[in-house]
Amino acid sequence: MAVPETAAPARAERTDNVYVAPAWKMTWWRFRKHKLAVFSLWIVGLIALISLVPHFFATTDPHATSARRAYIPVQPVRFVHEGRPALPFVYGVVGERNQRTLRMEWVVDEELRRPLRLFARGHEYRLLGLIPSDLHLIGFANLAEGEPTPALLGTDRLGRDQWSRLMIGTQISMSIGLVAVALSTLLGILLGGISGYFGGLTDNVIQRVIELLQALPPIPVWLALSAALPRTWPVTLVYFAITVILALLGWTRLAREVRGRFLSLREEDFVTAARLVGASRARIIFSHMVPSFASHIIAAVTLAIPLMILNETFLSFLGLGMRPPAISWGVMLQEAQNLQSVVNAPWLLLPGVFVIITVLALNILGDGLRDAADPYSN
Amino acid sequence: MHWFILKRLLVFPILIFVFSIIAFVLIQAPPGDYLTSYIAELAQGGTTIGQEEIDALRRQFGLDRPLYVQYGIWVSNLLQGDLGYSFEWRRSNAELIGERLMLTLALTTLSLLFTWAVAIPIGIVSATRQYSVVDYVFTVLNYIGLATPNFLLALVLMWLAFDNLGISVTGLFSPEFQNAPWSWARFGDMMSKIWLPMIVLGTAGTAQIARVVRANLLDELGKPYTEMARAKGLPEWRLVLKYPTRVAIAPVVSTLGWYFPQLLSGGLVVAVVMSLPTIGPLLLRALIGQDMYLAGTIILIYSVLTLIGTLVSDILLALLDPRIRMDGA
Repeated sequence: MAVPETAAPARAERTDNVYVAPAWKMTWWRFRKHKLAVFSLWIVGLIALISLVPHFFATTDPHATSARRAYIPVQPVRFVHEGRPALPFVYGVVGERNQRTLRMEWVVDEELRRPLRLFARGHEYRLLGLIPSDLHLIGFANLAEGEPTPALLGTDRLGRDQWSRLMIGTQISMSIGLVAVALSTLLGILLGGISGYFGGLTDNVIQRVIELLQALPPIPVWLALSAALPRTWPVTLVYFAITVILALLGWTRLAREVRGRFLSLREEDFVTAARLVGASRARIIFSHMVPSFASHIIAAVTLAIPLMILNETFLSFLGLGMRPPAISWGVMLQEAQNLQSVVNAPWLLLPGVFVIITVLALNILGDGLRDAADPYSN
Repeated sequence: MHWFILKRLLVFPILIFVFSIIAFVLIQAPPGDYLTSYIAELAQGGTTIGQEEIDALRRQFGLDRPLYVQYGIWVSNLLQGDLGYSFEWRRSNAELIGERLMLTLALTTLSLLFTWAVAIPIGIVSATRQYSVVDYVFTVLNYIGLATPNFLLALVLMWLAFDNLGISVTGLFSPEFQNAPWSWARFGDMMSKIWLPMIVLGTAGTAQIARVVRANLLDELGKPYTEMARAKGLPEWRLVLKYPTRVAIAPVVSTLGWYFPQLLSGGLVVAVVMSLPTIGPLLLRALIGQDMYLAGTIILIYSVLTLIGTLVSDILLALLDPRIRMDGA
């Protein structure tokens, strides 16, 4: 007798849960079922962590140049030494100048084993820009005095360590995407909300402006705007200018979406009810209307970030976005701008792989969120 | 219907007028003018130029006049079919843009056809075999396609072609045809090179369009008329191609409006990487060198082409879907 008694309330409780659960909780329940999207969430979380404390993940100073260490190929982490399994390590490389082509050629020297160490000490940096630290996730043991750290992902034309540059570049590339999207979200929600709530002439004017902006070819306009940035501007100023430029044409789609939501919600019973009990306009908007389309906005925003990242990448790639000494994925890809450098050093394309993984994860995450955003459809 | 088209056509000149102002503002945005960047370039080469000479040049180029006069001259010349003069190349813009514009349009059109040729079959296969391995493979490929910047794809394909075939596929013409007049031989040479940029540009939108076709076809496949045809014993593939597909790919035509302009401006970056003789690299150079009338004219051309694309797709959509026609009128 005891068994059914305990089981039945449990089931009843769960069904009750569905009826009383707030919208965000139901969205989360649905999202959890989309395995690939949950996996993408982990990837995005990892990338976010890297962009928060990039120096912790770097192995060496990303700005350090060394003319004698140019174009070292990828030095893979190995687990097998002389046919026997070993703790992770990297073989050292020795440079030899080819007498005919006068190019440096890098040969793996199996005598030089550099075991990986976790939480090693390395170059100094400031954690979150505040706390001085020299702790790094990975480091190498057995390094000779003054020997540079092995380049896990190779080095570029100036002998800079690609792995470390990629970690630092993550910070700028990700944050530009985020800030630009935040700006355009703000504009989109504000103008879309005004347009949808008030209607009439205001709506008409805003809609015409949106149509005008959407009819502009985005890439030539972005190019023209970023070509207008003075060469003498410091990195931070360029950074903000680029985000503003990207956001300028990006807000229109979101504004349309928000307006559409407002238009349909305005007629809903619960909004009418709120109006009838005498709720203020601000209260109707912020505590009744906004929560009911917040999940849609979050999904739309997640899908907008990867577009911004791609746009920053190609602007920087063309030399019109971020400029060295700033490091972003697009700036790194500038090194691989022509066929010759790609043929000589294919690993210069690796930042592109990072772009693809990030954009892929964000897109899948955004799709998962969008599917989950409507928790009442089931 | 006529009223709808007429209305769109009436707005057209107004939009072009607004765009000409935007284009002019954009090219005026950088501090300084062409002469400042020209002088800086000369100074880098070790040559200095006297103030008098600068003033003379400024007068000759009309850069000493107020902005609205400069704008007025530019627009009135445009209206007379005169696209202006490039400071940097010392040639008329029409001459510079002419062939490049034609090549750009040819490449964009080919890429569009390529996209349709690839995306529509993919969409049909994914829809008829929903949730099969094929469907999943295409879905994954679609996601990757969306995430890959097309200049990266260009670089990788160029690299693969060089590594495996030993050919360097840059540009659209072999050196001997670079400046040659048009002939069948030159055309053949172009065709032997245009496929790579065509594939690179074409794959960019394949993912989106395949998705549209798949979704549309899935809607159509469940409808009674399909069941009816099936009940009458029509072979499955013939049935699918004959009825629902026709309905499902109709909206694809309307993608012309947003996809053609997207291809056009997306081609810009690819053109720089592959050094194609299209408009993109010319615009980039003009922008950096502040060759303002050339840059402005090109931006305006891009805008007008975008507008025409939107207009054509609106009209096509109105022809296909009566509901929109009612809405617009």
